[in-house]
Amino acid sequence: MSLDFSTSLAGRRFPNPIFTASGCAGSGKELSQFFDLTDLGAIVTKSIMIKPRSGRATPRMAETPSGMLNSIGLQGPGIDLFLENDIPWLRDQGARIIVSIAGETVEDYAVLARKLRHVSGISALEVNISCPNVENRGQVFACDPATAADAISTVRRNIGGELPIIAKLSPDVTDIVSIATSVVSAGADGLALINTLLGMVIDTSSMRPKLSQKTGGLSGPAIRPVAVRAIYQVHAALPKVPILGMGGVACGRDALELVLAGASAVSVGTATFGDPTASIRVKNELEVLCEQRGFNSFSDLVGYAHRAEDANEHE
Amino acid sequence: MAREGWAMINPKAEQITSEILSNKKVGSYNHMVFAVTDLAAHARPGNFVAIAVGGPASSMVLRRAFAIYRSSIRADGQGLLELVVAASGAGSTWLTSQKVGDTVDLIAPLGTSFGIPTEPVRSLLIGGGYGSAPLFALAETLKARGCRVDMVLGASTAAKIYAPLEGKRSVSSLTITTDDGSAGVQGRVSDVIPRIIKDNDVEIIYSCGPMAMLEAITKIADSFDVLHQCSVEESMACGIGVCMTCVLPVLQDDGTIRMTRTCIDGPVMDGSKVTWTTSREIPEGVWGK
Ligand SMILES: Cc1cc2nc3c(=O)[nH]c(=O)nc-3n(C[C@H](O)[C@H](O)[C@H](O)COP(=O)(O)OP(=O)(O)OC[C@H]3O[C@@H](n4cnc5c(N)ncnc54)[C@H](O)[C@@H]3O)c2cc1C
Ligand SMILES: Cc1cc2nc3c(=O)[nH]c(=O)nc-3n(C[C@H](O)[C@H](O)[C@H](O)COP(=O)(O)O)c2cc1C
Ligand code: FES
Repeated sequence: MSLDFSTSLAGRRFPNPIFTASGCAGSGKELSQFFDLTDLGAIVTKSIMIKPRSGRATPRMAETPSGMLNSIGLQGPGIDLFLENDIPWLRDQGARIIVSIAGETVEDYAVLARKLRHVSGISALEVNISCPNVENRGQVFACDPATAADAISTVRRNIGGELPIIAKLSPDVTDIVSIATSVVSAGADGLALINTLLGMVIDTSSMRPKLSQKTGGLSGPAIRPVAVRAIYQVHAALPKVPILGMGGVACGRDALELVLAGASAVSVGTATFGDPTASIRVKNELEVLCEQRGFNSFSDLVGYAHRAEDANEHE
Repeated sequence: MAREGWAMINPKAEQITSEILSNKKVGSYNHMVFAVTDLAAHARPGNFVAIAVGGPASSMVLRRAFAIYRSSIRADGQGLLELVVAASGAGSTWLTSQKVGDTVDLIAPLGTSFGIPTEPVRSLLIGGGYGSAPLFALAETLKARGCRVDMVLGASTAAKIYAPLEGKRSVSSLTITTDDGSAGVQGRVSDVIPRIIKDNDVEIIYSCGPMAMLEAITKIADSFDVLHQCSVEESMACGIGVCMTCVLPVLQDDGTIRMTRTCIDGPVMDGSKVTWTTSREIPEGVWGK
């Protein structure tokens, strides 16, 4: 019996459940030297803002045990050049595209959504709300249920009917389920879990923070248990809401762990820095693991770790 | 796996499992030879490799970048890449401790290479520490084009000067500087290069080494109105253009200064186009600040 490895996320079907993670795959061109982008379920683009952004000063990076800190600061060309260059190129490759957007104000999200609503060839929007809200003392949108919902409902209103929206949440919150519930009522069709965790490294030679911004986002295998926990909690509370899982996935086994917790698809981020073909390897390994466990359909594995203790084992 | 057509970023790059054929201590460095495919035929002076470190269960998740010291195809068709590696932190120390016969995951050739003039010119090559690594192959290429090649190598101390005997043959003069005076002239490369530029009527400078050295050379090159191609060294996480950690402010053809990835638009760059800064802030005037 051959495995149906396709997945459905926020009402769209993808031929397989392994995607790139936003900000970890460049424009797609850089990786296309190493594999065919259409071999992945989808390419998630780097979060794009309205205007060109220089990003933060270097050092922007520090390696940490089984992970790294980054403070890239959303460097990018701005939405207009992005739509002119990146999207047509990805479309020409035949890649399935999920566009990630980020804003500094609620109005930014509205503008971005309007710019994207008539663009063809996009499968979904990922809304990165782990950004400081300049109108609210720099408080991160994703850290408060009300502002998180504001950003998402604004996108919902401005995007029109068609395009599914996936709200990407920060794990740096007291109660991720309340944020998830809030953005789903605001119109999110799916959730992306998790963004990086805030961390800091101090250089003991210079005796000051290693990164120019002092703090940075922690990613890589070090955060995987946090991702598994967040996905598990949210899937338990909102079992019908599809989840795009990410956080420290470096092999098929890691991806399976997120799927069992409740992810319908999995993004591979930091692992790509250590191995350009990591996402393809994860995909192939996951497929084998699903088959080995005797499943006919990938979707049957989604959230499988939640079954009751006394439930019948899968045969 | 060079994919056809539009692929423009690192079109010759391959990811391979590579066996270590030799690993010898030379002064403060390890000279290491790796068995590779015929990718060795595509490597140009200035290109670099990105190596995964620490083995399969490593907690070091990022690649390490090393300049290609030499690339060649042996008589039996075996491709070879040679590197000069300084053990600094955990990853490079792991690499230098690998034995002959061990394998590593390696991606090469990556990045830009030194531009080679079509006419014979008078060139000056300047290396700081292991920054001399890519300069010997460059010297040979320039010599073969009929160029005059003078070389200056600097380091803190004699053991950190990497200058193999065979490398010296392709240069007209070699000047060594050390901070502690343990070899050559006591002082820095910037102390000796103005005189060499004047004496030899140098037309182009090629350099590789620490960023502060490259900045100092840029000032001198600009004051003499001499072209300056430098191989920069920013902290890199991926080496292939996907992480955006390795950026420098660089003047573009359209007149804007943009934070530019040194792994794909470098490491070799036009020194006069780089905004050198140590301030840990984005300089004024950078696109999108
Ligand atoms: C284009 C280029 C060419 C280089 N050529 C050589 C060479 O020929 N010989 C040589 O000995 N070294 C070379 N280096 C420097 C070498 O990459 C670093 O010494 C090495 O990455 C340090 O790794 P580590 O694990 O020892 O240190 P760690 O500090 O543990 O490294 C942690 C992380 O920071 C990055 N990093 C740390 N220092 C540097 C650095 N100086 N440059 C870039 N990334 C860094 C590493 O890649 C890694 O991702 C080169 C660097 C670049 C960018
Ligand atoms: C260098 C870097 C840049 C990132 N940029 C973005 C971004 O632009 N937008 C976003 O939503 N997430 C961004 N992320 C977060 C990742 O998409 C992902 O959520 C996180 O890194 C966890 O996955 P991983 O451990 O597989 O990397 C970035 C992560 C890294 C390491
Ligand atoms: S090192 Fe990753 S983009 Fe240059």
